[in-house]
Amino acid sequence: MSAYALTDSWTMTRRELAHWARQPGRLVVGLVFPVMLLLMFAYLIGGGRGVTGQYRDYLVPGMLALTMAFGLEGTMLAVTQDLEKGVIDRFRSLPMANGAVLVGRSAADMLQSALGLAILIGVGYALGWRVHGSPAEFLGAVGLLLLLRFAMLWIGIHLAMVAGKPELVQAVQILVWPVGFLSNALATPKSMPGWLGTAVEWNPMSQTATAVRDLLGGPGGEPGHVWAAVVWPLGLLAVFFPLAVRRFARLSS
Amino acid sequence: MADAAITVDGARKKYGGKHALDGLGLTVARGTVHGVLGPNGAGKTTLVRILSTLLRPDAGRIEVAGHDVVTEARAVRLRIGLLGQHAALDEELGGRQNLEMFGRLYHLGARHARVRAGELLERFGLADAGRKPVRAYSGGMRRRLDLAAALVRDPEVLFLDEPTTGLDPRGRAEVWAAVRSLVGGGTTVLLTTQYLEEADQLADRISVVDAGRVIADGTADELKAQTGGDRIDVVLRDAGQLGAAVALLPVPKAEISVDPDRRLLSAPVTDRMAALSGVVRALEEAGVEAEDIALRRPTLDEVFLHLTGDQRVKEAA
Repeated sequence: MSAYALTDSWTMTRRELAHWARQPGRLVVGLVFPVMLLLMFAYLIGGGRGVTGQYRDYLVPGMLALTMAFGLEGTMLAVTQDLEKGVIDRFRSLPMANGAVLVGRSAADMLQSALGLAILIGVGYALGWRVHGSPAEFLGAVGLLLLLRFAMLWIGIHLAMVAGKPELVQAVQILVWPVGFLSNALATPKSMPGWLGTAVEWNPMSQTATAVRDLLGGPGGEPGHVWAAVVWPLGLLAVFFPLAVRRFARLSS
Repeated sequence: MADAAITVDGARKKYGGKHALDGLGLTVARGTVHGVLGPNGAGKTTLVRILSTLLRPDAGRIEVAGHDVVTEARAVRLRIGLLGQHAALDEELGGRQNLEMFGRLYHLGARHARVRAGELLERFGLADAGRKPVRAYSGGMRRRLDLAAALVRDPEVLFLDEPTTGLDPRGRAEVWAAVRSLVGGGTTVLLTTQYLEEADQLADRISVVDAGRVIADGTADELKAQTGGDRIDVVLRDAGQLGAAVALLPVPKAEISVDPDRRLLSAPVTDRMAALSGVVRALEEAGVEAEDIALRRPTLDEVFLHLTGDQRVKEAA
């Protein structure tokens, strides 16, 4: 990385912030969608089962993890749309740091995710959900959630460059639903058939959700999952971050 | 050549079994405009993408502004500007935001980038549109902003890939004027085009490219001379007499081109004056009425036709 890696990445982050300022609607939709999902599950499904309060305490941390994982598609879409446009050629013909385009993208997406997380936690509070852990445990939980998002984001960037076209992102947009739901975000694996429960417990998202439940206090939390919620995303990052940066450097060669 | 801004030697690039560049070579002297002329699919865009470090060549020695495009890509990037076929701009941002962003990525520093953006907007007549998103720009405005973006750091070498394709005559004139003013400032320009007129108007030297190789190269005049001397044009009063007139010309029939819509015959000549008086006399004696007779140099179109073959030009048109 060159001496300009940081300033170039910041320039690219500012580009995304300028996009938000130009088209705030897109940002707002991205932030409102998880809130809608949370309300829908809390009232339609939790309410239907007559266990609103109890289910809510299980659901909110799960939704936080699910939202971080679903960020994958937004990142993918943004990257494929960028790649389709000529502006990427301009960036690649400039003497800027390798990967600054991607790092700027990831920083902007992390900002958006942090904002989305804050909103979702606020809505959870409004629904009556409470954090029982200490401030340090709360910050730890937020850190794990953002780490999961950061790992998903680099998977998204890499997949976007492999897929190349926005049309192919649709396939991923559909696939994230079963993958997201095949976790313990919305329902406990104890209620599932044995093989499914095992698969669900191995889902990296489940590790994060369980660890967050443990740190924040509430049903579904199990001690000892924090290390898994750190190792899984770091492992994914170790694979997909270098893949994505290398793929970007070699675009169309 | 010691004073070469661009040196390409034996450049090869293969796409899916097809050679986009097949041992292409050319040299461009500093401060000149070099035209790369060829039909669609000749390898022009591949060449520009390799020269501007967007694409790695499979083989060949390629230097731009004294630096190797593969091993010293960043040094090359510091010294070039690129105007590709499609606008390389952020469509959602305004013109000023675009130029400032590129200025910062050229590491001009925030203040200098801002000043430079203002200068360029002014120079390309976009000062009033600086805040509007590029999405709302006309084709000509977009092209001018794209060119401004390529000039943010005063490049030593500027690449223009079909810079006027898709522009109306006014937009084309604007781009031509901008290119001419740049060359006065010492910039080396490599320009690809399908328009012979554009190469004729702007380029000091021209490389004619076909199937990934240079098939001819020289000044416009040298290329015209290669096709063989002057031509005589005869416009008849009556298109029905075109056939009779062809038989009268002292030239093999295959070398005469006939345009019935314009009632025009065109044929190469060797001895200008003898040909002129001979044709006038022959037409008079046969009672074929001519509206106009003129001697002229061949156009680049005819050179191109001659070099790449009739069929290929028709396909490109």
